[in-house]
Amino acid sequence: MAWLKKLVGVALVLGGVGAAAGWLLSAPVRLDTTVLAQLGPGDAAKGKRIFYAGGCTSCHAKPGSQGDARLQLVGGLELKTPFGTFVPPNISQDPKDGIGAWSVEDLANAMLKGVSPSGQHFYPAFPYASYARMKPSDIADLYAFLKTLPAVAGKAPDNSLVFPFNIRRGIGMWKLLYLSDQPVIPLPAGTPDPVMAGRYLVEGPGHCGECHTPRDFAGGTKKGEWLAGAVAAEGSGVVPNITSGGGGFGNWSQADIANYLETGFTPEFDSVGGAMVDVQRNMAELTPDDRAAIAAYLKAVPPHPNGYPTRKPAS
Amino acid sequence: MRKLVIAISMLAFAGSAAFADPILDRQALMKERGKIVGGLAKVAKGDDPFDATAVLTQLQALQANAEKFDVDALFPKGSDTGDTTAGPKIWEDMAGFKAVEDKYLADVKAAVAAAPADVGALKAQVGAIGSDCGTCHQGYRVKKS
Repeated sequence: MAWLKKLVGVALVLGGVGAAAGWLLSAPVRLDTTVLAQLGPGDAAKGKRIFYAGGCTSCHAKPGSQGDARLQLVGGLELKTPFGTFVPPNISQDPKDGIGAWSVEDLANAMLKGVSPSGQHFYPAFPYASYARMKPSDIADLYAFLKTLPAVAGKAPDNSLVFPFNIRRGIGMWKLLYLSDQPVIPLPAGTPDPVMAGRYLVEGPGHCGECHTPRDFAGGTKKGEWLAGAVAAEGSGVVPNITSGGGGFGNWSQADIANYLETGFTPEFDSVGGAMVDVQRNMAELTPDDRAAIAAYLKAVPPHPNGYPTRKPAS
Repeated sequence: MRKLVIAISMLAFAGSAAFADPILDRQALMKERGKIVGGLAKVAKGDDPFDATAVLTQLQALQANAEKFDVDALFPKGSDTGDTTAGPKIWEDMAGFKAVEDKYLADVKAAVAAAPADVGALKAQVGAIGSDCGTCHQGYRVKKS
């Protein structure tokens, strides 16, 4: 029976090596010093633009907030998804319940690496898979702007997720697959500036792909169907195809897209709806140049047919 | 007397026939609504010239459209399935849905009452009305395809 013992031994060793490798691979990785060195001093006025481009208030303000209440980032919205319910936390300046005690490096690690100050993985419902493409100096500007917002006490409830998604360490593996600071759509040299600027806004802070791109079985966005529209993560609806492919909005001009982002009206004068209502409110705070850039990029992305199944005929 | 009864019942029948398909009826009203708001928005944006009389006529048409929007008749129970983007929240929170519709009607009426004299005034009114559109479409409409 010596061979059996040997086999068991080998299996145990291999299993152990596998587990150890998995443990190491899934470890939270923080930013290195060269990136942190690019943060710079931060400018609150510029950070306001990043705040609205990033849509922070859509998830982190109390649900249904209007006007100045949208700057009270107390959290508490419930995102009900197939993985369970995600609850965006308090990111106001409250030092205990919010992120008032965070350093700018803490914010950069959260947004670019999805790692909390205590070294835990954040769930990618916090769209750091997009934010990872942001410039460190923009994070520093955002940090400076967040510092100007009120501290609001009160902890949001915890996430309630189903197994195995409730194991945070597993996110480390997810990050190996999906976390990258590289652009999704390669653009050749000589691409006009507005398209480049739009790519940054859409793929980075704007995190448009998080809802408008279909996801694979592991919850990563399918880069081959970038912005093709998707079944909504919440509820029973769909998120539209925003490429020029079939079912998309190829019949919208660049000016139509920019106008929609500013006013909330489609070219047919339907109005913005669903989760996009809050997004459009944020986009309206940007400059005309930024909205034009987003539109220019969306006209330049590869066209795809709808990334969601056609609706079954009514029974 | 008999004639009158027949006439009334025919009218009632015609009335109910007009609402035979609430989904189509509410879609027609929403389409008309969008078209009018679209025309006004073009003026507000400066794409079309501002003509106070024409603008007021359009706002009045918008009010007439809004007053025709009888929620009980247009959103009866059971009209949540089929070719519709009406969200389930309409029936879960009928009072909230009606409140949003009432606010919209009030804003349209206010615009008619304070007939805009220039593009700036119209812009503010279209902004308020457009935001009502968004509030309702945010929670009570679900795009399915």
